[in-house]
Amino acid sequence: MRYSISQRGESSSFPPGDAFLAGASAGGEVAIHLGTPIKIDATKAAILVELGTECLGVHTGEKAGEEGSNVLGFARYRNGRDAPSQLIELVRQPHTRPEAIAAAKVVFEAAGLVVVVCSDQAGRIIDRLVRPKYNAALRFLDEGLATAKDMDLTCRLGLGYPDGPIERVERGGLAYHHDVTAALFAVTGAAAYAPARRAVVARQRDGKE
Amino acid sequence: MSKPIETVAVCGAGGTMGAGIAIVCARAGFRTICHDVADESLDRALRQTGNFFAKSVERGKMQAADKNAVMGRLSRTTALADLADADLVIEAVFEDLGVKRALFGRLDKVCPAHTMFASNTSTLSITEIAAGSGREDRVVGLHFCLPAQLMRLIEVSPGINTSDATLRTAWAWCEKAGQLPVRTQDKPGFILNALLIPFLNDCIRAVEAGVAAPADIDTAIKGGLGYRMGPLELIDLIGLDTQVRLCEAFYPITLDPRAAAPPLLRRMVAAGLLGRKSGRGFFTYDAGKMFGA
Ligand SMILES: NC(=O)c1ccc[n+]([C@@H]2O[C@H](COP(=O)([O-])OP(=O)(O)OC[C@H]3O[C@@H](n4cnc5c(N)ncnc54)[C@H](O)[C@@H]3O)[C@@H](O)[C@H]2O)c1
Repeated sequence: MRYSISQRGESSSFPPGDAFLAGASAGGEVAIHLGTPIKIDATKAAILVELGTECLGVHTGEKAGEEGSNVLGFARYRNGRDAPSQLIELVRQPHTRPEAIAAAKVVFEAAGLVVVVCSDQAGRIIDRLVRPKYNAALRFLDEGLATAKDMDLTCRLGLGYPDGPIERVERGGLAYHHDVTAALFAVTGAAAYAPARRAVVARQRDGKE
Repeated sequence: MSKPIETVAVCGAGGTMGAGIAIVCARAGFRTICHDVADESLDRALRQTGNFFAKSVERGKMQAADKNAVMGRLSRTTALADLADADLVIEAVFEDLGVKRALFGRLDKVCPAHTMFASNTSTLSITEIAAGSGREDRVVGLHFCLPAQLMRLIEVSPGINTSDATLRTAWAWCEKAGQLPVRTQDKPGFILNALLIPFLNDCIRAVEAGVAAPADIDTAIKGGLGYRMGPLELIDLIGLDTQVRLCEAFYPITLDPRAAAPPLLRRMVAAGLLGRKSGRGFFTYDAGKMFGA
């Protein structure tokens, strides 16, 4: 399936030079927006809008649970400064057209990406689930539970993770973690998402390095 | 504690963790006393241990002679009095404060003064387990990972009254046993479970909140973060009933809402969906094959 891309600024999912950008062709059945406002077009198989921390509803508007069309949100999961992963979180609304979901999957999977579908909730799947864990690890570090090295080692050896929570959140950027969790906290009000002290410090120090 | 550790006793050696810990001890050259209240559990565990080492020989990881030597270092008993020779006792009995305290209390009368007591508890406090043992300074937390015979990590936690000498001896023992100790404070769940249990609950809540299907959540976590196993597949392996019990141990102490058992988890347990062991949890299993992923 052919896809077109309209882009403004740098995309976090597809940084400059990414092969996916080169695969686009004008007038494709799927229209992809990277930082540009969406154009409603019911003739498109799917219209895909790249999301940051915001919900898809910000782009489409919402109608008391009746929302849904051929417009989907997406983000290629990326831990801040880390290179993007191969995983696409595809965001749907209650009445999103199944054919639009199928078309989006075809486009991304043809590019070798892995696609999961989620509803339009804050943090999608991964950030919703891992950011509270990074917050907890950062708090444990402050409270002296263990050293950063030992916490990371425990997660790698005890749970088989490729990296531990502290090394991962630091590599991705503590200020970035602050921004992601602040957005989640604004929506959920759950203490687990309140940015950890070390993330707040990193954000406040911005530019001081 | 000048006497070197030569003999280790494992209480609860008929159980999952105790059997694995006994393997670690015997393999590292310690004379190992396997103790359990249930004779038939010891039978089963020692049979499995024999099979484990037989496989190691088959795979060329161990010489047949070494296997015999290791098996020869293992002895078994249901009588606590037989633990009088132990320099170190590691308990891996039921996760129940009363049971663990009673065991240490009785052991205090059986074991000589130099014997160090270690607890493999996942969620209880080392200080609370040690209290009333009569040797609070010689009690330490040694939390092995499942399966203990394959996982090198041990979380080492001193209680409030644990002496520096006990901590040093325990640390050195872990290294001598070929394990990798990490130091943690005596706080609920130490590092591993303090991070894992609330995370797994969050994943269950995400299913309940309709964020995504279990298979999509697992794919996302594996694909996005590189975890080897998806969190919902892991809960199925741990057992949903076990996860409820872990939450019930955790939440009242921490009052962390993330540690509370999610309503969906309780409903699934009530419906008999316990995970792999019942054939169905977040996924459906048939003779080791997994559906729904
Ligand atoms: N299963 C895990 O993943 C895991 C991981 C790390 C730590 N732990 C901890 O290890 C301990 C044991 O867990 P398990 O999963 O192996 O349990 P289990 O039920 O498989 O084994 C417990 C064994 O203890 C025996 N036992 C009970 N009371 C006893 C007593 N007073 N004296 C001697 N033996 C007694 C039982 O007969 C049983 O064989 C718990 O404290 C648990 O929190 C479990």
